Amino acid sequence: MLTYSIRRLILAIPTLLFIALIIFLLLLLAPGDPLANMPLTIPPEVREKMREALGLGEAWYIRFGLFLWQFFIVEPQYMIDAMFGTDLADGAQRIISFQSRSPVFDTIGERMPQTLWVVGMSYVVGVLIALPIGIISAYKQYSIFDQLGTLISMIGFSVPTFFTGVVLILVFSVNLGWFPSIYDTQLRVTDWDSFVAQMRQMAMPVFVLALFNASQISRYMRASMLDNLGQDYVRTARAKGMTEKVVVLKHVLRNSMIPVITVIALGVPQVFGGAIITEQVFKVNGLGQLLITAIQGNDIPMVMTLTFMFAILIVLFNLIADILYGVLDPRIRYD
Amino acid sequence: MADGAAPILDVQGLNTVFHTRGGEVHAVNDVSFSLKPGELLGVVGESGSGKSVTMMSLIGLLPTPPAEVRNGRVMFAGQDLLTTDAETLRNIRGGDIGFIFQDPMTSLNPVFTVGMQIMEPLRKHMGLRKRAAKARAAELLDLVGIPDAMARLDDYPHQFSGGMRQRVMIAIALACDPKVLIADEPTTALDVTIQAQILELMKELRTKLGMAVIWITHDLGVIAGIADRVIVMYGGQIVEHAPVRDLFSNPQHPYTEALLTTIPTVTGARSKRLTVIEGQPPILGAPPEACPFRERCKYRFEICDRMVPARYPISDGHDAACFRADTALRKDKSYA
Repeated sequence: MLTYSIRRLILAIPTLLFIALIIFLLLLLAPGDPLANMPLTIPPEVREKMREALGLGEAWYIRFGLFLWQFFIVEPQYMIDAMFGTDLADGAQRIISFQSRSPVFDTIGERMPQTLWVVGMSYVVGVLIALPIGIISAYKQYSIFDQLGTLISMIGFSVPTFFTGVVLILVFSVNLGWFPSIYDTQLRVTDWDSFVAQMRQMAMPVFVLALFNASQISRYMRASMLDNLGQDYVRTARAKGMTEKVVVLKHVLRNSMIPVITVIALGVPQVFGGAIITEQVFKVNGLGQLLITAIQGNDIPMVMTLTFMFAILIVLFNLIADILYGVLDPRIRYD
Repeated sequence: MADGAAPILDVQGLNTVFHTRGGEVHAVNDVSFSLKPGELLGVVGESGSGKSVTMMSLIGLLPTPPAEVRNGRVMFAGQDLLTTDAETLRNIRGGDIGFIFQDPMTSLNPVFTVGMQIMEPLRKHMGLRKRAAKARAAELLDLVGIPDAMARLDDYPHQFSGGMRQRVMIAIALACDPKVLIADEPTTALDVTIQAQILELMKELRTKLGMAVIWITHDLGVIAGIADRVIVMYGGQIVEHAPVRDLFSNPQHPYTEALLTTIPTVTGARSKRLTVIEGQPPILGAPPEACPFRERCKYRFEICDRMVPARYPISDGHDAACFRADTALRKDKSYA
């Protein structure tokens, strides 16, 4: 298993380099000018100088090489410096956002907590709701619970989050006034009251996203449970005199979790990717919103860094899913 | 086999119905039989004749719904298994009544070790602690002829071959010293050499442990080699019941007769085609009102379309559900 993981990690390097190249070239080919937002009164020669100052004058392969250098060598050095107070980076050039002129990773660091709080929480809540619903729906197939669960997950799955989000805002913020419709990033959780305030502002976006996640995962869980409930080994477990609890929650569940865990693991990178639309609806300035504004402003370093980070996470969680598969299913051996 | 001993398992008038989209299917119709301590009762019939469903109904292993055990009485250890509560039934399943199923490839849980799967009933029914259960599990694996038993307890089912897995299934079924072992086509999914091994093993274990066995199969050769008594099932009914010798030497029901002619011979000409019973077994949408075998029977009389034949006695311990065996009718000659 260890050799397999190491081999996969090494194999991930060329994959990621290739992905980085593709993203870079796509951004290069995309129309748009990072200086388009500058006042039109700026003379063309000044404009050209500004362009060169941003590094846009260099050939694409030099810019690409520089990006890789900064991403893999310089930024980790700064990270280590920040953690241990060392001075590895020695003032080397970081990846700088075109828009804010501040290091890209500093901005990401500012936005990450909001995304993890809201989107991460919604994923956890979604999974925790989905698993029991999926198990009960499958065990009591075609019962009222199952029918209702199917209906709700169909709705949760097919109605887009920008619609449910707006409906929730209309009902709970505008009409009832229970929850704020705008997420306050300044809020620091220091005492009970601020904690309650934080929960209140998280409630709606978390609900919207959790509904969506839970709909998807509960369907997987149900299907997987149904697959396994009809297996011969279930009859064997019953023939051994095991209680229904043991039969379902031990024998069947352990088998059913194998594909579901994989699906859950593969969904984690999306959490970091943020929920672009939902963050916009609830004004949560997380990573999703950061990406959107960066794209709109032609902020190439920011877009490149964020997209590449998502790519790394996706590759990483693919590996994690594969390893979990091997851990959960004794039939799978990776040597 | 002790003749005249009180039966350990007594089934009377068992009926099982499946509720399907296409209406009811009457899978088991008025089945009665008994099992004496220590005997081996063979149950034969083609696929869909209700053999497995009957045995699973006894012990509440059918999923309800769609199945419904409508009426009947299953007396075991002084209680009716059909009316007893779920907890008692669970204690009997895997404890006093062991099961072996047809397909050893799928009957074991792939994600748990074999040891854990054998220890499960030991811990539940015999209340053994982990260490004792493990020792007993190793003993059982050894008993069913798996070498290096202690080490193999930590293996997963996929690390065993089909025959070995069936031995594990047998070990699970025997774990708590059952009084009755129900073996549902335990050799069907295995190739012939492994079949022979499993049969030998079962014969040996039966004499060693002295339990009663119900052996479901559609292989008459297996029955001839292992059973004391045989019941032949067709259309969810028992059509003939006889000691094994009588069944082969003096079959009374036309279905039994037909079944016996389908056994291929070793001596016949190579080019000879296998004998088949023409037609399909019936799927009963309603309780039978006529002989279920009439469509395929070469003796079919007018009365066969009107009535369900009772089980007419032939000799001691031998009866057949065919009007040809009804002495009253035979004297009457009106059917001819």
